[in-house]
Amino acid sequence: MPAVWVFVEQEGDGPTSLGLELLAKGRELGDATVVLLGPGSDEVFSILGDHGARAVLHLDGGDRLPSGPVAAALADRAGSDPPELILMGQAYNDRDIAGRLAARLGVGVLSNASDVRLTGGGVETDHEILGGTQIATASASQGPYIVLARPKSFVAEAVGGDAPTIEKLELPDIGAAEGRITETHVEEREGPQLGEASIVVSGGRGLGSADAYELVERLGKQLKGATGATRAIVDAGWVPYSKQVGQTGKTVKPEVYIACGISGAMQHLVGMKDAKTIIAINKDADAPIFSIADLGVVGDVHKVLPKLIEALESR
Amino acid sequence: MNVIVCVKQIPDPATPYRLEEGTNWLIRPEEQILDDTDRYGVEMGLQLVEPSGGTVTVVSMGPAGSGQGIRQALAMGADDAILIEDTSLRGSDALTTARVLAAAVGRREFGLVIAGTESTDGYSGVVPQMLAEILDVPALTYATKVEVDEGSVTIHRQTVAGYDVVTSSLPAVVSVTAGVVEPRYPTFKGIMDAKKKSIETLSMGDLGAERAPEQLVLSIVDAAERTAGRKIEDDGDAHEAIVALLAERKVI
Repeated sequence: MPAVWVFVEQEGDGPTSLGLELLAKGRELGDATVVLLGPGSDEVFSILGDHGARAVLHLDGGDRLPSGPVAAALADRAGSDPPELILMGQAYNDRDIAGRLAARLGVGVLSNASDVRLTGGGVETDHEILGGTQIATASASQGPYIVLARPKSFVAEAVGGDAPTIEKLELPDIGAAEGRITETHVEEREGPQLGEASIVVSGGRGLGSADAYELVERLGKQLKGATGATRAIVDAGWVPYSKQVGQTGKTVKPEVYIACGISGAMQHLVGMKDAKTIIAINKDADAPIFSIADLGVVGDVHKVLPKLIEALESR
Repeated sequence: MNVIVCVKQIPDPATPYRLEEGTNWLIRPEEQILDDTDRYGVEMGLQLVEPSGGTVTVVSMGPAGSGQGIRQALAMGADDAILIEDTSLRGSDALTTARVLAAAVGRREFGLVIAGTESTDGYSGVVPQMLAEILDVPALTYATKVEVDEGSVTIHRQTVAGYDVVTSSLPAVVSVTAGVVEPRYPTFKGIMDAKKKSIETLSMGDLGAERAPEQLVLSIVDAAERTAGRKIEDDGDAHEAIVALLAERKVI
């Protein structure tokens, strides 16, 4: 069995859902060791065990910016005992650690993968390109292969299992490359997280102004869903980057996705086209979003949304 | 303090992207634009050097073409540019790109290197981190706010839940998100001045950077296509169709 490292981050008392998705894939591909970043807890180790982890390499960054010291510790371990594959997610800390680790090991990173296969010494990864209209299969010539998989590419699975063996890895001193986390701010958020919500309401340029995003928020709240946005309105400063859905933002796969004033640029479609049901409201009858919408409403969001919100309120 | 901003010229995202037969590399037209993401980096750089009177140098790797995208950055106010163009760099992955950028950056004195979080055309999203590792400096990433103060830099770093305040000594690499600052539009004077500014063109031979192990595109196939459903014109009652569908899907 090829040795596979699966990067999992701790969030509160448990592992992130992304981490458990990666673990499911890692177990399928080989002998999976979880690389856990976080303070650690009985709860997190027991969940990892339940999801099939037999061994955990535990790193706790504390208030240190993790990318530098974690990459250094993992490069050191990989030097003496290299895995065939290092599977991580397309997420903030994963990307930072993958980049620094790859530069240390002198190997590339296969980014934005939607699937990964080990082929008896080699690796193959699938990537949705050109807005998800095509799938490219890529390969790297030298291991350890570092792969960043997009969230929701794999399905987390509890398979039952005892608590894993835990080995604590010390983080080395990295001198001038060190960064410190001095404060942590949690933004107040009503309703579910964008990546987890079963209903997502998103707004785009067709809203016309930042103020009109309020309609998206009201509808999102009414449906107990999360709200998202296109890159265009994030770039325009209407809403924060954390709401961006798309290639360079979040990937969502909700039961229902409601696109309000969104034309359907490639960049956006790749982040939401796997929603079970897509509803689109747009003035332009030729907007590309209509080509993937289950229900397309050719109309003005400023007229349709208030009526929709009112109708839902009175139900 | 001097700032170096990594920028990329990309095919206009408003035009359909096409891949070259055989290599599957993105076809890059003569006329490329400055990646929108990089306008934030250039603006951030300009604002950070203002108090100290330092310089902003843009560094870019890729086919020069008409150089229009680089001129856009210079027209915003950047002082000069370094462009690394070499046919042997076609199809480079993130690590080769980072090694080349690091070699070019290393030719200058700098306090801060700024980059976007990911390019719009390639979006591997790991070049700034690799660059920081090669330069052996901190990588303060996904910044939504940046402040420099006497030898240190502090950012708001985007997280899933909100943001962290992260600080390090200089020099450092900072990657900025869209919206970190409001990018200025080039003035007429800026555009005219940009024509006179220096663009230093370097090749791989000038830099001595080493290519990373190769990554290959093995195949490209069409993805399963999602088909369009019903399309209705809003006659004042379209919201009813939406309510009906939400009810049918049992989410209300």
